[in-house]
Amino acid sequence: MNVSPERYRKALVIVAAVVALSAVTGCHKKEQPVNPASLGPMPSTATAPTANLTADPVSIDVGQSVVLNWRTQNASSVTIDGIGEVPANGTQTVSPSSSTNFHLTAKGDGGSTEANVRVTVRVPQAPTAPSDNGDMGSEAAFHQNVQDVFFDYDSYDLRPDAKTSSQTAANYLNAHPAIKIVIGGYCDDRGSAEYNLALGENRANSAKTALVNSGVAASRVRVISYGKEKQFCSEENENCWQQNRRAQFSLDR
Amino acid sequence: MTYRRARSLSHLLLRPAGLLFTAFALLSLSSNLYAQDWFKTETSRGVSNIRIAVADFKATASDPQTTPLKQTFDSTLFNDLSNAGIFDIVSKSLLPQTSPGAPGEMNLAQWSAAPTSAAMIAFGAFGSSGGRITVNGFLFDAKNAQFPQVLSKQYSEEANDENARQIAHRFADEIIFRLGGGVPGIAETKIYYVKFSGGNKEIWAMDYDGASQHQVTHLGTVSLSPRISPDNSRIAFSSLGREGFQIRMYSLLLNRMVNFPAAGGTNLSPAWSPNGRDLAFSSSRSGDPEIYIADSNGGSIRRATSFRGPDVSPVFNPKTGSQIAWISGRTGLPQLYIMDADGSAVTRLTDGGYATSVSWSPNGQFLAFAWDRKYGPGAPGGQDIYVMEVATKRWIQLTHEIGRCDFPSWSPDGRHIVFANSSNGRASSTRIVSMLADGTGRRNLTEPGADMPNWSWK
Repeated sequence: MNVSPERYRKALVIVAAVVALSAVTGCHKKEQPVNPASLGPMPSTATAPTANLTADPVSIDVGQSVVLNWRTQNASSVTIDGIGEVPANGTQTVSPSSSTNFHLTAKGDGGSTEANVRVTVRVPQAPTAPSDNGDMGSEAAFHQNVQDVFFDYDSYDLRPDAKTSSQTAANYLNAHPAIKIVIGGYCDDRGSAEYNLALGENRANSAKTALVNSGVAASRVRVISYGKEKQFCSEENENCWQQNRRAQFSLDR
Repeated sequence: MTYRRARSLSHLLLRPAGLLFTAFALLSLSSNLYAQDWFKTETSRGVSNIRIAVADFKATASDPQTTPLKQTFDSTLFNDLSNAGIFDIVSKSLLPQTSPGAPGEMNLAQWSAAPTSAAMIAFGAFGSSGGRITVNGFLFDAKNAQFPQVLSKQYSEEANDENARQIAHRFADEIIFRLGGGVPGIAETKIYYVKFSGGNKEIWAMDYDGASQHQVTHLGTVSLSPRISPDNSRIAFSSLGREGFQIRMYSLLLNRMVNFPAAGGTNLSPAWSPNGRDLAFSSSRSGDPEIYIADSNGGSIRRATSFRGPDVSPVFNPKTGSQIAWISGRTGLPQLYIMDADGSAVTRLTDGGYATSVSWSPNGQFLAFAWDRKYGPGAPGGQDIYVMEVATKRWIQLTHEIGRCDFPSWSPDGRHIVFANSSNGRASSTRIVSMLADGTGRRNLTEPGADMPNWSWK
């Protein structure tokens, strides 16, 4: 440990230089928004990437999982914070333990684009009775109370669990008479496109009938069948097929 | 002559049916469940086809365009006659060296002797000069030394690749009409279909052989089930709008969308009556998908079915116009049914499985449809194309182990079926494939990304 003062000084200088360098380059990985003006003229061939990120469902209970679904175009590298580098298009199932903002960055020759989706994770607590009668209520409250209905394969009859949840939905809708809803009917990608459109119609109508029977005015409910034309996921397994066999509720604005 | 040919065609379809039934009976008796549940016999080739030699046409002009245009013409004519399903085509390598361009240059003995052994010879002259193609086409009967000429045709069109192809189609159709029992050929017919890119699906059109594929609609949404009117003037289809799927109409005369009234619920799978005056389709305006029939402008609508459960994909009997075949899920899984156009005489034709997408043969005798006989979660087997004789409910399976098959559509001569096929079962791999009505002669018409073909009526 016999260090001469000169050597000691040299080491100090090196340490200081490293600290200064890292301050310049930045240890923190926070993404800075790119100022388009600083990029100079864009090559005419490069188009800006597009990115779309959705989560389904957008709100879950602790322990449940969410399917993230993203679509990008013209991107050479796509990353999702917390997941890392991902393919240009894809789906992934995640189980966040608390409410999370998923942030997707798509970088391409034409610049970079970001997409965000928030997944709300409900911590169990005593339900509060809805009291706000006049307004539409919040989107989150809507999805908490009016939950999608899932079906058995090639069936449009409501399952027992769906009957319970549609009663909850009807109670919420009856407490918020300003809300109008759209029910989308969906099918998995097996079977034939035309028949699935009719089946999706029957599924959405089953869900509508349950609401109407519980006192929701039929004029507040619109029904659209998407058949197998708009899939939530595209894996060939029962988990994904079940995801796709549904009647989905959304606010009709 | 016309009738005899038509009957032998039905034999062509029916004979293997009987054989297959025997095969199935034997299989179930021996209860050999692990044996392949299908096999192919060559008996469907029992009707001997006419042996025809297709000569490369003789170039009669030195215009530099002549060579590439003649190449298009020669290959199109050869393919049209090969695809027709009624010929035994002499391989090009067995043809005599010289190409006769006119009757005087034809040496019949050379063509009728082995190895060519042709019964019929198609030949002629092809030239392009002054921006016009001139074609002289001949069909000779090699066995008739005294009066060999069966057909002589002359064509003159503006010189371009498309016209070279169309002239070949027209000459091929003349030959097929003469030698095919008076049934018009299909070389000039079109196929309408759905092409998908990104999330959108648009209506496209192509020649019967997959050539000149071009986009028809530009709606930027999901459009499905194109059905061409019997007079080739309009395409009815179904398109996703804000209120769900609606019947839409595109005029091929005006090259734009024309009005068709919207209704509540999901409206899909239109079908033209053979006289072009009526349109049958599935509509859930009452809450449950049922078959409705309207006139071709959407007026005087009437309901044909009333039973809980999906009713979709109607098709008129093209021979009579008085019956409708369609798909109904009234008893659970979708099954194939027929009824009179007024909704009476409902008859179920399939006994189980998952049956969809029916097409009625032009002679009214057969239904082609997609069927998964062992449908269910985890069940083996796949969705294949089947043909059923309406009168007897006897069926034969046309496709085997080539992946998922759907949306069969008959050619106007009843000798071909076009359908959608996905070799790995994924929607994105779906392409359009054509085959003879006995399941042979399969060939791809498009790349992956095309679905729901519909063959024009003429």
